[in-house]
Amino acid sequence: MNKNAKAVEIAKDIHWVGAFDPDLRVFDLILKTANGTTYNAYVVRGSEGVAVIDTVKEEFSDAFFERLEQVVAYEDITAVILNHLEPDHVGAAPELMRRAPQARIYVSNRGLKLLNATLKDELEMYAYTLTNDGDQVSLGDRTLTFVHTPYLHWPETKCTWVEDEKILFSCDVFGSHFCDERLYNDLVGDFRFSFEYYFKHIMRPFKRFVLEAMDKIEPLEPALIAPSHGPILRDHPMEYVRSYRSLSASRLPNEMEGKEKSLLIFYMSAYGATADMARSVYEGASDVDGVRVSLYDLQGGETDPFVDLIEEADCLVFGSPTINGDAVKPVWDVLASLISIETKGKFGAAFGSYGWSGEAVPMIEDRLRGLKMRVPEKGVRIKFHPTEQELEDCTAFGRSIAETLCGKAKPKVVDFADL
Amino acid sequence: MAKGKLTFGDIDVSVNVPAGTRVIEVSEKVGAGIIYGCREGDCGTCLMSVDEGIENLSEPSALEDKVLKENMAGKDMRLACQAQVIGEGETIVKPA
Repeated sequence: MNKNAKAVEIAKDIHWVGAFDPDLRVFDLILKTANGTTYNAYVVRGSEGVAVIDTVKEEFSDAFFERLEQVVAYEDITAVILNHLEPDHVGAAPELMRRAPQARIYVSNRGLKLLNATLKDELEMYAYTLTNDGDQVSLGDRTLTFVHTPYLHWPETKCTWVEDEKILFSCDVFGSHFCDERLYNDLVGDFRFSFEYYFKHIMRPFKRFVLEAMDKIEPLEPALIAPSHGPILRDHPMEYVRSYRSLSASRLPNEMEGKEKSLLIFYMSAYGATADMARSVYEGASDVDGVRVSLYDLQGGETDPFVDLIEEADCLVFGSPTINGDAVKPVWDVLASLISIETKGKFGAAFGSYGWSGEAVPMIEDRLRGLKMRVPEKGVRIKFHPTEQELEDCTAFGRSIAETLCGKAKPKVVDFADL
Repeated sequence: MAKGKLTFGDIDVSVNVPAGTRVIEVSEKVGAGIIYGCREGDCGTCLMSVDEGIENLSEPSALEDKVLKENMAGKDMRLACQAQVIGEGETIVKPA
């Protein structure tokens, strides 16, 4: 037991009962943290009930229960609110329910399967409510309102709002992996880099949902934001709301007119054949009005700036030779880096020269489909250097992709047997 | 064998398919924007809206019905991994 495990009152009858994890250096495999993290959980007491909001990662259950017991008896807990069912938030939830089986669980309506997976067979022993946006739970003199924030960053994620204190329990929203026992944003060390780094790795693929969520949260004007990781934001909390909005806004000046679409072509070339194809694809796509086409040789760039470009593009075309039965590494580096942005619904295509077998093109197409992109145009593969006729095929390929992108392509009818 | 016309509205591609074909078998091949998770009617990822010809698709199973309800799907929505083309008319689908 940790002698220093004290609950912290963050408002009248509202306590922080989380846990510190200062030694963590990598979170969820993808986030580094020089300062560790915190698993924040909270207790809200009303005149006719007590709610526990979120729990901690399972390994930190001892500290959580020790703090919890300082501010509430298990039999007094009436509500267990799980804002998000990722293991770092619900790790202690099964044990909490064993200790407070009379409490009713609240998860958003999309969270039932995850609740089932969290509590397994024990779920049938407890009462639970699936919540909709705006649903409320009364604790007597205090009312909790659920603010659904789907896809920030899982489909079932929600926040919990306490109107009388204007406190938003925001779970992963506005969180950061930064451990500092001083707890409040105006007391801890400078954590701005952690806040933005967390956004880029967790929220960035869901920017359009972030903007929708900010539309709900901004009018509330929270006086304190209590996230599930990192500092509690009591000093200028609206600055963090504004920060989420600006981080979700378009990163590039919109120089394109009206409904002009952006089509990016990336290529690598060993002997110049795929480069020749790339230029022909570029020429074909550029023939189509309403499409802004860009051509990039991956040899001449770093991955991250390309990812920034791709984030706002409508169509991505990759050209790669086949080497040892595979697309080349710089192409995969870009494709692998796209998990940090939203790619769903973008158009994609692939082309490339090859010597023996030419696997690169279908492998890239599979990856594009895996990124939830539309890949309606079958890729062009050319053995060795392209002839004039083959280059014309590449031009037609580029034109066709661009026409499909801006809705100018003629509808296609094919037979199932020809697919 | 009876054939139906399955049109993917988001990419303007129509495919003449034999009766009994599941939408998933075609949508992936033509590169439509309907996306897939479990492919077994459990996760709800492949939710699609049926703009026309929903009567040309097989009736949802109890499993699909349950997932549709869990995802608060409208009456014109189906799971692409479960819905089979059974009629001869045109069915127009797109990602939900």
